[in-house]
Amino acid sequence: MLTRSIGEISMTVLTSNTIEIRSGDDVVRVRQEVRSRAVESGFSLVDQTKIVTAASEIARNTLDYGEGGTLLIERLEEVGRRGVRLTFEDQGPGISDIERALTDGYTSGGGLGLGLGGAKRLANEFHIQSQPGKGTRVTIIRWK
Amino acid sequence: MPNNDKSLADLLATHEHEILQEWQGLLKASGALQTGRIKESELATQCRNFISQLRGALRPDGSLDKSSDGYASLKSMLGEVSRSRAIQGFTPSETASFVFSLKQPLFNAIDKGTRAADAKASYIWQTSLLVDELGLYTIEAYAKTREDIIARQTREIAELSTPVVKLWEGVLALPVIGTLDSERTQTVMENLLQSIVEQSAEIAIIDITGVPTVDTLTAQHLLKTVAAARLMGADCIISGIRPQIAQTMVHLGVELNVVSKANLADAFALALHRLKKAIVSVKQAPSGRQSRYVSPEDRGV
Amino acid sequence: MDRIPILKLGDALLVTIQVDMHDRLAMALEEDLTAKIAATHARGVLIDISALEIVDSFIGRMLDNIAAVSRVLDAETVVVGMRPAVAITLVELGLSLAGVKTALNVERGMTLIEDRIHADAVDRGDLDDRPDE
Ligand SMILES: Nc1ncnc2c1ncn2[C@@H]1O[C@H](COP(=O)(O)OP(=O)(O)O)[C@@H](O)[C@H]1O
Ligand SMILES: [Mg+2]
Repeated sequence: MLTRSIGEISMTVLTSNTIEIRSGDDVVRVRQEVRSRAVESGFSLVDQTKIVTAASEIARNTLDYGEGGTLLIERLEEVGRRGVRLTFEDQGPGISDIERALTDGYTSGGGLGLGLGGAKRLANEFHIQSQPGKGTRVTIIRWK
Repeated sequence: MPNNDKSLADLLATHEHEILQEWQGLLKASGALQTGRIKESELATQCRNFISQLRGALRPDGSLDKSSDGYASLKSMLGEVSRSRAIQGFTPSETASFVFSLKQPLFNAIDKGTRAADAKASYIWQTSLLVDELGLYTIEAYAKTREDIIARQTREIAELSTPVVKLWEGVLALPVIGTLDSERTQTVMENLLQSIVEQSAEIAIIDITGVPTVDTLTAQHLLKTVAAARLMGADCIISGIRPQIAQTMVHLGVELNVVSKANLADAFALALHRLKKAIVSVKQAPSGRQSRYVSPEDRGV
Repeated sequence: MDRIPILKLGDALLVTIQVDMHDRLAMALEEDLTAKIAATHARGVLIDISALEIVDSFIGRMLDNIAAVSRVLDAETVVVGMRPAVAITLVELGLSLAGVKTALNVERGMTLIEDRIHADAVDRGDLDDRPDE
């Protein structure tokens, strides 16, 4: 019980905002917003670049494959460390085989197939949930 | 609460003065001020702030309301106190006792200010939980700060101990000495890439003669650096790979798909060759001037 | 719609990509460049990305495509000025841009292209392989 409450006490969401992803312009906006949040969290230039690039990949997937959706950007603070959590959500067709989708080089749409695998490598934490017919949710966290 | 006793927050407000007195007394008795790292007035301010933030974070039943503003400021204040204590060189127990020594004054205040026995018991239990929780948070924050300090120093040492040197116009060398863990490799390699831009260097020699061992992760960082440099338009040469390291890498299955030379001198010669430069001895030079470098064109090659 | 300007620089074309490029703009650039290489018989394409703060797989694919198309049209593509943070991220993403030549800046990129034009001329016997003495 105590451990659980320590877990809760440890992580705080400092700020959060949501962005609609409906067009290519929104993907550009996603990059700009994620960059600002990363700067506010004190990320180094390399860390900023990594999370912005990961965000760009997943946002484009949300738009191209998920029929559009939303991004929730949260700035996190844990005892002494800061991070940015990105949650992409869509109500599109979903992914039937997640492992295959994560494989480098696999694409169903003529891309390079590096978006999901690459974003996973660029983040410190990566979660993907998807239900065929219902939609997809991808969450990534990068710590400073 | 099954009675008309005051809420814990009100109780704190009513007895604030006594609680503070007792708490500061205990802190002083435990030697918090002895080393002179913190002034009495500073300690008093910290205690006062803590109690007032705590009041704002309490629900009527005495538990912590984690969504309240008071709770957020309480935590950030505690984090600040722990951080400054870690930096000032307090021990972990000295730091934690800041919070833990509040238990007794709180219990005394509850004892005095509550009549119903069940309310008393419940308050004491809640208070005990919350002090423990905040105390543990303090320790976590303390430990994290120490880790940050160590990480920063490690990084600084890594940078200091691995300077990027310019060998020639357009040629940089990074002589690495000592064990390359992956943290250090990352810092050092980012430095190298930055220097490549700043100096417009076309060739970077990474000399690992002074590196006793290389693990898989480090080898991967090295290779990623070579790949990143190429994307930027510069070539890397790795020199001084010891036989054991070469062997380990092969065993680890790390493909060393890079240009490598036995030692820094050979790597430098290759770099000059690539830049179409050559070093000629003084005798061959036309007018007996000091040794100089000439480009093949100058020599009429 | 906006388009990215393509400048002619001797035998080469120069494209300077500005901060944060829109997907549509990237696609238009691919088309425009192909047409322009064919029209001008350019032997090289310099793409200056020193202003770009990120390169994701979409931009990466565009660079790969431009390089592949220009190769078919006998022009060499050189990507110049990639920032260190971008390069580190691109490697982590898994993109190597193997078919693309790179240079530190426009000047160096231009030298690469001139060297190639010179080497081709030597191969054809149009030129002696030494500079004038
Ligand atoms: N939000 C999504 N909804 C449905 N399918 C998706 C989604 N994101 C990714 N996918 C599937 O995963 C595959 C791999 O994605 P990715 O690694 O980004 O490569 P690419 O975008 O180049 O195809 C996509 O081709 C698509 O089939
Ligand atoms: Mg994708």
